[in-house]
Amino acid sequence: MLLIHCPYCEEERPEAEFRHAGEAHIARPQNIAEISDEEFERYFFIRSNPKGLVFERWRHIHGCARFFNAARDTVSDRFLKTYKAGEPKPALDGEG
Amino acid sequence: MKKYSAFAIAREALRGNTGWPEQWSSPEPKKSYDVIIIGGGGHGLGTAYYLAREHGITNVAVLEKGWLGGGNTGRNTTIIRSNYLYDESAALYNHAIKLWAGLSQDLNYNVMYSARGVMMLAHNVHDVQVFKRHIHANRLNGVDNEWLTPEQAKRYCPPLEISRDARYPVVGAALQRRGGTARHDAVAWGYARAASDRGVDIIQNCEVTGIRRGPDGAITGVETTRGPIKARKVGVVAAGHSSVLMQMADVQVPLESFPLQALVSEPVKPVFPCVVMSNSVHAYISQSDKGELVIGAGTDQYTSYSQTGSLSILQHTLEAICELFPMFTRMKMLRSWGGIVDVTPDRSPILAKTPVKGLYVNCGWGTGGFKATPGSAHVFAHTIARDEPHPINASYTLERFRTGRLIDEAAAAAVAH
Ligand SMILES: Cc1cc2nc3c(=O)[nH]c(=O)nc-3n(C[C@H](O)[C@H](O)[C@H](O)COP(=O)(O)OP(=O)(O)OC[C@H]3O[C@@H](n4cnc5c(N)ncnc54)[C@H](O)[C@@H]3O)c2cc1C
Ligand SMILES: [Zn+2]
Repeated sequence: MLLIHCPYCEEERPEAEFRHAGEAHIARPQNIAEISDEEFERYFFIRSNPKGLVFERWRHIHGCARFFNAARDTVSDRFLKTYKAGEPKPALDGEG
Repeated sequence: MKKYSAFAIAREALRGNTGWPEQWSSPEPKKSYDVIIIGGGGHGLGTAYYLAREHGITNVAVLEKGWLGGGNTGRNTTIIRSNYLYDESAALYNHAIKLWAGLSQDLNYNVMYSARGVMMLAHNVHDVQVFKRHIHANRLNGVDNEWLTPEQAKRYCPPLEISRDARYPVVGAALQRRGGTARHDAVAWGYARAASDRGVDIIQNCEVTGIRRGPDGAITGVETTRGPIKARKVGVVAAGHSSVLMQMADVQVPLESFPLQALVSEPVKPVFPCVVMSNSVHAYISQSDKGELVIGAGTDQYTSYSQTGSLSILQHTLEAICELFPMFTRMKMLRSWGGIVDVTPDRSPILAKTPVKGLYVNCGWGTGGFKATPGSAHVFAHTIARDEPHPINASYTLERFRTGRLIDEAAAAAVAH
């Protein structure tokens, strides 16, 4: 079970309180009706799925219920940082 | 290749078992091959075997970063069935079931395919409707699947608790009698031995670190921890690592890799005659020939390459198992482990050519590809050899996520494996 730091509650809580919510920093196109099938595929289906540093969304569903972002290493499952939704991708060592 | 037979066993018993040759040879990699297969799991080794046997292409190498079957092939709970909803799925998984039936003879290797029946439990009205829909669709596709009442289910699997007082009472079940299990390692080893015998080079401890492309974009070979190797055709069959490998060739794929865990109990005498799955309470169970109960859990919620998952997932599964089979509440669990499964948005695999000339991919099997191993390998070999898909895998393209022609088993089943 992962221990996750919620940046809103400012507390480390067990994973059971959280729901993973997919890759972070994927912006929904503003003009979704006009984009090409290729652009829609890239937005909707393609994922970077990195072995190493991933940026992902979590939701503190059984706590404050808010969405936030995390940077995690998918090889060790170690969290490098969690940060509030809307904040830019943090620059971290080993980003690739 | 020395043929395995009852006679060979008797002869070796008299000679102190000194005459068994190695099952496959382990040559140094050559400078170049006609085809390189990346990944020494069942699907990759099977592909190499069918390339040699069906298409006469024997200048082939299988490159495996660890040991044969050390990926999901050797970590899975070996449930085999073909009662999927859609026509495309029925064709692919039923192709596999037909090959399973004769695989031990074909490979001269006992893969211990045991058609002991796979029973899926229904716990509520929704399950009943979905399963009956599957049964009808399966019948139209020539796939066996039948409806059982709770009493019939209990007769088929006596340890099952069917009391109405259960937290999730059993209200019926769908049974595929041709479903069952097989010995996972033997599938990898049997294909490796038979492929090696036909001239395929099986190369372990050889990790692919790069995929080379020429000025025209076409594949020219791979870079590995044992040096560069040339080939005009490369097949990526790397399960949880498919995204990593495809990115080496600049192809973006719609995959995410999740941990999936399983566990086994201490071995006991035969107590459990078939395979039982319950999607609603999320548990599946069978008994191996060694006597261990083999229990599968669900995926973890986060992506990972760690080959471990959260303990809470196992706990949840064991609670469900004890609810369904109260006689197992005092069993001790021996081992648990995780594999990394590559999941597509529609929960169906990708078995196809790619936009890169000479690059082919067999991935996206997620939580349920073991059952498909012979069928997948057979049609993938065809795809590589002919540079066009077999009719059975023609719909399993990468492009379907652009065109919208999904094979949406996710919505149809919403289950693991
Ligand atoms: C716990 C668990 C339970 C499961 N239960 C079932 C079940 O009951 N029924 C079912 O049908 N399916 C089940 N599955 C799914 C099934 O195991 C897989 O779909 C199937 O085995 C995939 O086979 P494969 O040959 O494609 O992959 P793998 O066996 O994983 O082989 C891929 C190989 O590629 C190698 N590789 C990766 N990267 C590189 C590289 N860079 N260079 C060289 N080699 C590389 C890996 O080491 C690995 O050996 C389960 C999976 C898990 C984890
Ligand atoms: Zn919170």
